[in-house]
Amino acid sequence: MDAIQKQLLEAVAGLHEIPVGAYNIRANGKSEGRNSTEHIEITTREEGDGIIIRIKDGTRKESVHIPVVMSQAGLEEVVYNDFYVGDDCDVTIIAGCGIHNGGDASSRHDGIHSFFIGKNSRVKYVEKHYGSGDGKGERIMNPETIIEIGENSVMEMDTVQIKGVDSTKRMTRAKLKEGASLKVMERLMTHGTQDAESRFIVDMDGENSGANIISRSVAKDDSRQLFQSVLNGNAACSGHTECDAIIVGNAKISSIPEITANSSDAALIHEAAIGKIAGEQIIKLMTLGLTEEEAEAQIINGFLK
Amino acid sequence: MLELRDVSFKVEEETKEKGILERVSFTLEDNKFIAITGPNGGGKSTLAKIIAGIEKPTEGRIYLDGEDITELNITERAKKGISYAFQQPVRFKGVTVLDLIRLASGENITVAGACQYLSEVGLCAKDYINREVNASLSGGEMKRIEIATVMARGTRMSVFDEPEAGIDLWSFQNLIHVFENMHREIHGSILIISHQERILNIADEILVIADGKLVSRGSKEEVLPALLEGVDDYSGCKIWKDGGVK
Repeated sequence: MDAIQKQLLEAVAGLHEIPVGAYNIRANGKSEGRNSTEHIEITTREEGDGIIIRIKDGTRKESVHIPVVMSQAGLEEVVYNDFYVGDDCDVTIIAGCGIHNGGDASSRHDGIHSFFIGKNSRVKYVEKHYGSGDGKGERIMNPETIIEIGENSVMEMDTVQIKGVDSTKRMTRAKLKEGASLKVMERLMTHGTQDAESRFIVDMDGENSGANIISRSVAKDDSRQLFQSVLNGNAACSGHTECDAIIVGNAKISSIPEITANSSDAALIHEAAIGKIAGEQIIKLMTLGLTEEEAEAQIINGFLK
Repeated sequence: MLELRDVSFKVEEETKEKGILERVSFTLEDNKFIAITGPNGGGKSTLAKIIAGIEKPTEGRIYLDGEDITELNITERAKKGISYAFQQPVRFKGVTVLDLIRLASGENITVAGACQYLSEVGLCAKDYINREVNASLSGGEMKRIEIATVMARGTRMSVFDEPEAGIDLWSFQNLIHVFENMHREIHGSILIISHQERILNIADEILVIADGKLVSRGSKEEVLPALLEGVDDYSGCKIWKDGGVK
């Protein structure tokens, strides 16, 4: 792996070297390294590009790293990764995609991740997107996440896209069985002329299922963002979606929360707020000795932390 | 030493000019504790904002140790050692109490160091240090954190705008000690805007501002009795005595 790829790997997965546990590192469309463990098996798909990750029943306190790095301009790929998580598991899955584009042609990675989670399991899924390079070619990522959560299982999804991705269309669909819950924390920052869309569709089908979808975003310069969150309460369940966005410069942000109760026992809440940084927040930090620019950076950092 | 010389502040209101402050002059000597009191709407908070640089006076000058700071912005004044506690503290999503105290102290102080300031303002430090300074905190909690940030700055000039507002009676006695300690330990000047007799009692000097003017100043012995007896003269009741709103 070259220096640029290593740098991308560190940015998206915090990895300096080969990770502990199961992993698959994909660089410029090829597998750079793979490790299966006693409980976690990674195999190549027979149809289409991508991998299948099988996590056995009862796998606890283990992690899977599946970072993707691309440093070759003009590379476009569609990758399918399927995760089968058994019953009674407690695992952390760390995905991430870093694109370095120093050329004029667009680089694109569309990752389609499907999760099939069994009963009484807990899955933490962390995904970081990062772009670098000063070429004219766009860095494009279109992640799609399909989630099926089994009885009394919990999935926590933590996604971050802070820098360098020119265009993103994110789609997340989830179906929740009895007692299942989904928590999403999405953090997004766009600048320049970047464009980001993030849509969530969650079906709470089982009794006592619950979803909490939180998005915090900052749109700077002439960038554009769209956030849509659709919660369907099809049984006695509780759902909450919240979108908080800070707008800076000439950016544009749309927020479309949508909640539908198909059961009288569904309790659903949506909150959405878009606004500039409050002037008094800047003033408060200035009275502590920060300049206006430092104050703004501090407020944004805290907001996206 | 802080000196205000003929400071006036006017705002445009429906094409008419309205005077908020009119030729206010006073000096705050080093290591002195001044309390400013007077009726609501009299211009006290505007005066505090003018000292912090949040508002610019329409006329008059402000000097800090002889240097004209009238044109300096908020950051520049903060760096020169002026601290300001908001009457309504500002909330931040994602910024923790620890972050705020660290920003205030200007260095990466330890968690224990930051906790010390919280304890001094009567907050159980471990319950608060990692909390976000957001809407989950009550008004009284916010006020105490605000005071802690000013203490953490430890500058030679601190301005507090009604620090007692929203603080319960139980904590109030401690608050008095906080100001007494600050006065004693930091060796700085303190200017507090307050309506509380007990705060006025510990001040070296009391200034009364009403209708935008400095109407009296002196020691508590000189000012307090007249203030308490003649409450009506400074309150809205005066308008009724004068024959109602014209």
